[in-house]
Amino acid sequence: MKDVLNIGGREFLNRLLVGTGKFPDKRLVKDVLEAAQTELVTVALRRVDIDSEQENILDYIPKDCLIMSNTSGARNADEAVRIARLAKACGCGNWIKIEVISDNKYLLPDNVETLKATEILTKEGFIVLPYMNPDLTIARQLVEAGAAAVMPLGAPIGSNRGFKTEEIVKIMVKEISVPVIVDAGLGVPSDAAKCMEMGCDAVLVNTAIATANDPVKMAKAFDLAVKAGRMAYISGAGASFEQANASSPLTGFLREEMQVK
Amino acid sequence: MSFYSIYKKYKNIDLNKLFESRPKDIKKVLMQDNMSFDDFSFLLSVEAEEYLEDMAQKAHRITLQNFGKTIQLYTPIYLSSYCDNKCVYCGFKKDNLIKRRKLSLEEVEKEASFIAATGLAHILVLVGDSREHSPVSYIKECVKVLGKYFASISIEIYALTENEYRQLIDAGVDGLTIYQEVYDEQIYDELHFSGPKKDYIFRLDAPERGAKAGMRTINIGVLLGLNDFRTEAFFLGLHAKYLQDKYTDTEISISVPRIRSYAGSFEAKHSLSDKNLVQMIMAIRLFLPRVGVTVSTRENERLRENLLPFGVTKISAGTTTAVGGHTLDDKEKSSLQFDLLDKRSVADITEMLRRKGYQPVFKDWMKV
Repeated sequence: MKDVLNIGGREFLNRLLVGTGKFPDKRLVKDVLEAAQTELVTVALRRVDIDSEQENILDYIPKDCLIMSNTSGARNADEAVRIARLAKACGCGNWIKIEVISDNKYLLPDNVETLKATEILTKEGFIVLPYMNPDLTIARQLVEAGAAAVMPLGAPIGSNRGFKTEEIVKIMVKEISVPVIVDAGLGVPSDAAKCMEMGCDAVLVNTAIATANDPVKMAKAFDLAVKAGRMAYISGAGASFEQANASSPLTGFLREEMQVK
Repeated sequence: MSFYSIYKKYKNIDLNKLFESRPKDIKKVLMQDNMSFDDFSFLLSVEAEEYLEDMAQKAHRITLQNFGKTIQLYTPIYLSSYCDNKCVYCGFKKDNLIKRRKLSLEEVEKEASFIAATGLAHILVLVGDSREHSPVSYIKECVKVLGKYFASISIEIYALTENEYRQLIDAGVDGLTIYQEVYDEQIYDELHFSGPKKDYIFRLDAPERGAKAGMRTINIGVLLGLNDFRTEAFFLGLHAKYLQDKYTDTEISISVPRIRSYAGSFEAKHSLSDKNLVQMIMAIRLFLPRVGVTVSTRENERLRENLLPFGVTKISAGTTTAVGGHTLDDKEKSSLQFDLLDKRSVADITEMLRRKGYQPVFKDWMKV
């Protein structure tokens, strides 16, 4: 059976989503997306210049890759909704990653405003993937509001610090019915593998790839890590123990009893 | 509360002596994610000059992490050079006998169309401080014209009230650039001989009024050369932090213009070296990892290029400091506000950035 990821009624084989910011050269984006075999890519509408011949980022995205605009720059639900509508109006489709950030220092998302924007946009027919601080209650409300997936952060965006929110995301993976995609903060491929081994449905990586010395090679490395992690999850990893466990110190007497008999 | 209370608390600080008897361990300072005011002042001190390479390594790393290898491009558009101020360092000061000019809306459109054709999408509007020649109503009309050509419009004009800032935001402005020029209150008073700009506190609180009005980006700065750069950089950093802490949804950035000559030349008393400038940029980057840093065409080509890794996020290109400088005949355009050192076109700057492995960012906003 094929292992497919279903988001908003669409099937994906690849579980590495990629962001397009911070690259030293837009032309690299195409090679990176191909190396990562990405099927879903996110683009900040604020940086899209439809009219420019050389500078339109959309021209560097392979045709079979689905574009999901994001609302980077939105400071509240109202701005996120307007950016989403603009994205649709300029032909970027109805897949939208909601990013509402009212904190420019740490770039942590505003869950309350994110929920408001999700409620409005799903009603308008958008496929909504909200970026959020990991929180079970809000995640449930987002699902209730019609979110196609939830995207908890692994660490502050751009920090490359790794999967720091593991404990909370683990609970979300168990409880949330839509795909859980770890977005932001993953620094190295092993972080991505860890998310996947634990049962996350996908990861989204940008800074770690864009700021690597060789972004194309790093994209490939993340692709492999995501695949390895996913495979391990499906295989059902053996249980791990904190200490070697050869004998049964507490129940050993039962065996002795059996021998006597 | 305003930034003035913080200024008053620290106004007697002397970074040329503060660490003379208690140097800090630079390695420890650089290992921290969060720097105190004391750490920041150490990075700006004479003693820290020995550790510029250590500072550079970390400044580069956190710039890369926060902004990637991308540089935002913009250019100023001068709309009017009439001015009621007598600021001793400025080419547009009231008593300077220069050719002055104010663009008509048709001329604004012509300049806008010329600039937009270079590919630039972010524009910075400049007018002299004259409520008679360039009132808010005139700026509003010009902004509406510019809105047809540019994705982002910032203003670098005289200090306004919160309500006036709100009016300009409604007209299409999203960014405010306003420099205190010099934080030292006494020097400020001496250099701003007369005119509305003489009001130190009204100027000091202008960025905060802009933030309250809802400006998306706020860029503050000091005119380097008017006072000891260490002290001024210290207050600039504190002011940026004050705004960043209080107005969390506003993007705060800083500029570090060094004084340039103009018609009727002014001799800067506190000139600073390239090394000083580098130290200042790096100290601010380390203190405020998320703050934007703008370097204008006041600096020469080579230095501008070499400054990029230390924290620069935005540079100007294809610049003129004359009103109508792009499209009016020489006879028609105004005199320059100051001379430029980097006169390269947008295409040349773009080419340079690509060569150095940076992505030139033309558009990073849209009116929503």
